[in-house]
Amino acid sequence: MQNFWQQLLSANFIISMLTSSVVLAMPLLIAGLGETFAERSGILNVGVEGIMLFGALSGFLGARLSGSPWVGLICGILAGVLMSLLHAYLTITVVADQVVSGLSLNILSLGLSVFIFRAFYGLAGQAVQAPGFDPYSIPVLSRIPVIGPILFQQQPLVYVGLLLVPIAYFILFRTTFGQQVTAVGEDPRAADSMGVDVIRIRYASVLIGGATAGLAGVFLSLGELHSFSELMVGGRGYIAIAVVMFGRWNPVGALLAALLFGFANSLQLYLQAFSITTLPPQVLNSLPYVVTLLAVISGIGKGFIPSALCVPYKRGD
Amino acid sequence: MRHDVENNESMVKQVASDPRSDSVRPGSKHPKEAFKSVFLRALETIGRPLVSILIAFIVAGILIALTGINPFAAFFQFFQGSLGSKNGIAETLVRATPLAFAALGVAVAYRAGVWNIGAEGQIFMGALGATMAGLYLPPMPLLVHLPLVLLCGFAGGAIWGGLAGIFKARFGANEIIVTIMMNYIAIFIVSFLVTGPMKDASGMIPQPQTVELPASALLPVIISGTRAHAGTIVLIGVVAFVWFFMYRTSTGYELRSAGANPDAARHIGINVLNTVVIAMAISGGLAGLAGANEVSGVQHLLTQDISSNYGYLSIAVALLGGLNPLGVLLSSIFFGVVYVGSESMQRAMNVPVEMVYIIQGLVIVAMLLRQLGQRRKG
Repeated sequence: MQNFWQQLLSANFIISMLTSSVVLAMPLLIAGLGETFAERSGILNVGVEGIMLFGALSGFLGARLSGSPWVGLICGILAGVLMSLLHAYLTITVVADQVVSGLSLNILSLGLSVFIFRAFYGLAGQAVQAPGFDPYSIPVLSRIPVIGPILFQQQPLVYVGLLLVPIAYFILFRTTFGQQVTAVGEDPRAADSMGVDVIRIRYASVLIGGATAGLAGVFLSLGELHSFSELMVGGRGYIAIAVVMFGRWNPVGALLAALLFGFANSLQLYLQAFSITTLPPQVLNSLPYVVTLLAVISGIGKGFIPSALCVPYKRGD
Repeated sequence: MRHDVENNESMVKQVASDPRSDSVRPGSKHPKEAFKSVFLRALETIGRPLVSILIAFIVAGILIALTGINPFAAFFQFFQGSLGSKNGIAETLVRATPLAFAALGVAVAYRAGVWNIGAEGQIFMGALGATMAGLYLPPMPLLVHLPLVLLCGFAGGAIWGGLAGIFKARFGANEIIVTIMMNYIAIFIVSFLVTGPMKDASGMIPQPQTVELPASALLPVIISGTRAHAGTIVLIGVVAFVWFFMYRTSTGYELRSAGANPDAARHIGINVLNTVVIAMAISGGLAGLAGANEVSGVQHLLTQDISSNYGYLSIAVALLGGLNPLGVLLSSIFFGVVYVGSESMQRAMNVPVEMVYIIQGLVIVAMLLRQLGQRRKG
């Protein structure tokens, strides 16, 4: 028992656990930020999971074929935009059911990603490596004790993710576009009568969600392992949707929610790796889901949910 | 969100917008005209999914051609493997059966006005219920044991689905988030049990799975020499039962009324909150039967991956089947063919087996796209 606390409370242990929390939170945060836009405009995209996978693959291919992870990054984002364009077209123009469209994206993307990957590298493709992002210590800041290693000795995409929070916050709450997004998601008819182009705003919001989901996918393939596997996303897309709801459709809320999920995940990994606890891994693994479930049931997000979420809009109805 | 599907699918709307429409006979029209309209409607009912399937196959064929494989030879293997032999047909049934159970559940919930995207978790809980009944009940003959196993499978899924219904009805929780979270929790529960308390510790390298169920808890094989099992026969009975329940009982009527028009249903004294819970419980129970079917008919034990995405695919199956019991049956057979056919394409032609998901995804996208053409015409 004494050993347990010694290990748990040693500074190195805590710092490395928090560092990995930030890394594990990042894909959830990045995808969640864009999904916040989509949902605030009234379009739920359950297809985040699939877009992330397709983004991870495109990023990997781009980096491998060009030799630069930054080209991979652009490919991943473009792939995300392209996939979300299908969702936008189906849900906004065709006015198809948002849940069905999102799920079909997930199924299609799972098939396409693995199919393309196999076509390139065959069955042994998981060993294929691409040039990825390596940790970059920010001068001065990285030497701050405790905070330095946790926040400023990470790979570049972590900084991108953290920077996206204030950017998203600014766009949503301090620009006309952001206010139009919210207006469209609250009451599309009223927004339309005020001269807001509902269709255009919704398309833009869904595409923003696609871009960040693609970026989150690149984070997984090029940021961590520098390789691709179809199991890479493993449900993170769905957790990103929970992050949005748990974060009350606010970028700062999404940051906190993502960090909470990242922390729970990292805690579980570390307790497991150091066999500090006899608690079965599944108990800790399921914590984020249980917490989200309780949050949704207790109505924490209520009053914040965009009124027109999942409500299609047709002019002249 | 249920609303817009209804608006767009004229066929669905026919039934959903007026629960009494089945009892309204086209007697007012001239008989010949009535026959013609029924004929056209039937043609449309079958034709719409067929066009989507055709589009999906054309796109899939182009993809196959891009990888340098002859698509016609590949598709020959596809149908040869899935429908061209006794074993192929048996495997198609093995794949179609769990999908049909779960999709039937999705259709029931949809009719009552709720999306059940929690089928995946409900399949796991159903599989767990069936396994517990299979392993922990005292020895008894098959005719008693097997029904109990299936019943406990239904119960496991019904509890999980019903809980989601209660969360929605009593706490106003968003059912999409609730069911997605409950999917993961169910998978973790099963994973915990099969790696811990219920793990089969015997054997040289213990696997994360339970011991095999006794023979009295297993669905017997119906085509000798293959894996086709009696779960398919149970399915046909359940389809008939669900149809009778939904369209010939007062509870079914209340469910459909609440789904078609909640305000009107409330007005005539139907407790819409109750119907949500009942619908989710039945829907979950049917998904649970899919889990029981996998345990008792296919795997004969419980593992961590008892459902291969069946829960999520079942929504696609239900949609392709026009969200009615008979359509779901046909559409699940199609999805079974895609599974087995793709596996056979991989074996014979080296086409990646993930073609399964490409074809299934494309079919749904094509179904959704066709709504646009429909609206323009209307």
